[in-house]
Amino acid sequence: MSRHTLSVLVEDKPGVLARVSSLFSRRGFNIESLAVGPTEEPEVSRITIVVTVESLPLEQVTKQLNKLINVLKIVELDDDSAVQRQIMLVKVKADSHSRSQILEVAQLFRAKIVDVALDAVTIEATGKNDKLAALLRTLEPYGIKEIVQSGLVALSRGGRAITDRSLRPVDRTA
Amino acid sequence: MTQAGSVTSASETAETITGAQSLIRALEYADVDVIFGIPGGAILPAYDPLMDSTKIRHILVRHEQAAGHAAEGYAAATGRVGVCMATSGPGATNLVTPIADAHMDSVPMVAITGQVPSSAIGTDAFQEADIRGITMPITKHNFLVTDAADIPRAIAEAFHLASTGRPGPVLVDIAKDALQASTSFQWPESLNLPGYHPVTRPHAKQVREAARLILESHRPVLYVGGGVIRANGAPALRALAELTGLPVVTTLMARGAFPDSHPQHLGMPGMHGTVSAVGALQKSDLLVTLGARFDDRVTGKLASFAPDASVIHVDIDPAEISKNRYADVPIVGDVGEFMTELVAVLQAEYAAGRHGDYAAWWSTINHWRDTYPLGYDLPDDGGLSPQLVIERVGALSGPEAIFASGVGQHQMWAAQFINYENPRTWLNSGGLGTMGYAVPAAMGAKVGLPDTTVWAIDGDGCFQMTNQELATCTINNIPIKVALINNSSLGMVRQWQTLFYDKRYSQTDLQSHRFPDFVKLAEAYGCHGLQCDSPDQVDVTIEKALALNDAPVVIDFVVHKDAMVWPMVAAGASNDDILVAREMAPKWERED
Repeated sequence: MSRHTLSVLVEDKPGVLARVSSLFSRRGFNIESLAVGPTEEPEVSRITIVVTVESLPLEQVTKQLNKLINVLKIVELDDDSAVQRQIMLVKVKADSHSRSQILEVAQLFRAKIVDVALDAVTIEATGKNDKLAALLRTLEPYGIKEIVQSGLVALSRGGRAITDRSLRPVDRTA
Repeated sequence: MTQAGSVTSASETAETITGAQSLIRALEYADVDVIFGIPGGAILPAYDPLMDSTKIRHILVRHEQAAGHAAEGYAAATGRVGVCMATSGPGATNLVTPIADAHMDSVPMVAITGQVPSSAIGTDAFQEADIRGITMPITKHNFLVTDAADIPRAIAEAFHLASTGRPGPVLVDIAKDALQASTSFQWPESLNLPGYHPVTRPHAKQVREAARLILESHRPVLYVGGGVIRANGAPALRALAELTGLPVVTTLMARGAFPDSHPQHLGMPGMHGTVSAVGALQKSDLLVTLGARFDDRVTGKLASFAPDASVIHVDIDPAEISKNRYADVPIVGDVGEFMTELVAVLQAEYAAGRHGDYAAWWSTINHWRDTYPLGYDLPDDGGLSPQLVIERVGALSGPEAIFASGVGQHQMWAAQFINYENPRTWLNSGGLGTMGYAVPAAMGAKVGLPDTTVWAIDGDGCFQMTNQELATCTINNIPIKVALINNSSLGMVRQWQTLFYDKRYSQTDLQSHRFPDFVKLAEAYGCHGLQCDSPDQVDVTIEKALALNDAPVVIDFVVHKDAMVWPMVAAGASNDDILVAREMAPKWERED
């Protein structure tokens, strides 16, 4: 089993996320992470899916995804040739004694303090999965109260965009 | 960004009409001539202008499931898109089974459903069901329309999607307020489907590679699936088969794609296939797979299926290629175009003096064919054999007749013992295995081809799931003929209980030799009701039914219930372990 990151360009139409996500569950795959958002084209959305699967069933699920009428294009982004980011907000217990140590940890990870209360601080961190995991391990001794994490988003390195030439109209044949 | 604009033309009208009128006009533009359906609250606005249409005939069925199967039967027999219509909630959910059926068997179909008003969607309103959500995994695509202006585009796109590429069902769910709203009609000249590009033209290099493998192979087989019929590929298949001299097997979905009378035809492969067809696939060194999908009922245990064979796999759906069995030569495209191009390439090869040699292979196959022909035993007690009945129905009705079957033993016997000479003469529920398919599918076929004899070969279990449509047939002058193979049992399940459950017949005895009285039931529906329980009456009864065309005919053939479908590969077993009859395995190697 190996981890794969798929970028799926879809028409921004109602129900399209349900079509894509249900296809994964129907074929027996667990989605590890999923992020949806708009793109530079107003009628196109981009879904980034991380899935752990063998390469042969991945090919099958990619083909099945391609059959969805609202799916425009699918690209697999591998770790080396893509920039990958997740955002995480984590609320950590903090009193006057521990607060400065927590701030130091946040700085080390280039994370930001976005909220401070008497008994806690909230940290915003971005990065790849392993960096966020390392941050969490370091914060754990102070007491983690709450975590929220976004799905992974990824963009290929270099000058080319995957949206190039993805939208062409069909001719009537019937 | 390039976006196909909605080009306006003469089809645009300035007049203000309702969404419902727009729907009916769009269906007329889509060349619909018949709709099978039932009205109800949410779809009611559409039924008003439908009454005025001079182009569209609406056939009022008795259950929405039958509307769907009738649309399937119409589509499978004619090659046109079948259309069914139902209201929201239960009307729509009753279409789920035929939609799933059409999805499995790649039947071009458009289902139109009414939906509760858009303001009520999501409120658990009366007769509300999220039919778009429900049918997502069983349609090629579906639409929810809440704006009257979107109706013509949704209909145009639905028909395009249903009929092109790999055909399939498309559902258009229309909110009641969209049907009632005012709009102007505009038939789209181009479609906005940027994610839909079916590939029809096979790759020339792959066609040449296929030709090379065919010439080099020693034990090739043309493994023909239902895609050949959907692609209207029967003439190209015959040309290819006769040019190459290759043996041909036709799957359950492909019966009729190649004439049964043709000497190169080995019949049907699979769980109840002929020994020669199963053996030819199993011992082959090259499977030329044409619009087939390596279904588990064909391959048996996949790991031991055709272990020595290389695979050429032609399909218009890329997702079928290497799904179950790895394809050495994958070819995405229209299977008819592929065969035509392959014939041209092979002709050039033959002209250059390169030929394949399959003489030894044919000798082996002919030995199997001579040693293990299809057959059946007549019952000892002089009772009626179901196989005999089905064989005689086929023989007396001729090669132009259409046969729709239910699911079970009678389906397998109808696939085995009726000789199909033409494509689109055998209609059945192959993938989903839907009991109750036969009567409504026969009805749909008869509506599409009124001058053709159309039989429903049905079992007493299946028949009782959809026989209410006899009323529809009688009232609308759709004189189908039903050969009811009445063994008083859920026969196929009973066969499995005989073989695998120690003859413990749990819940398979329908007692339909007692109830209902099928002759009276037929007559109650205005049909001719006939009964036959002895072998010497079979031909005269069938001939009598063939002569009756003023109303539907139902023949209650009272057959013995211990008949079994042979040959058989048990579920999950290897095709090597096919049994010709109980505890009787064929010998693959010749004993000289």
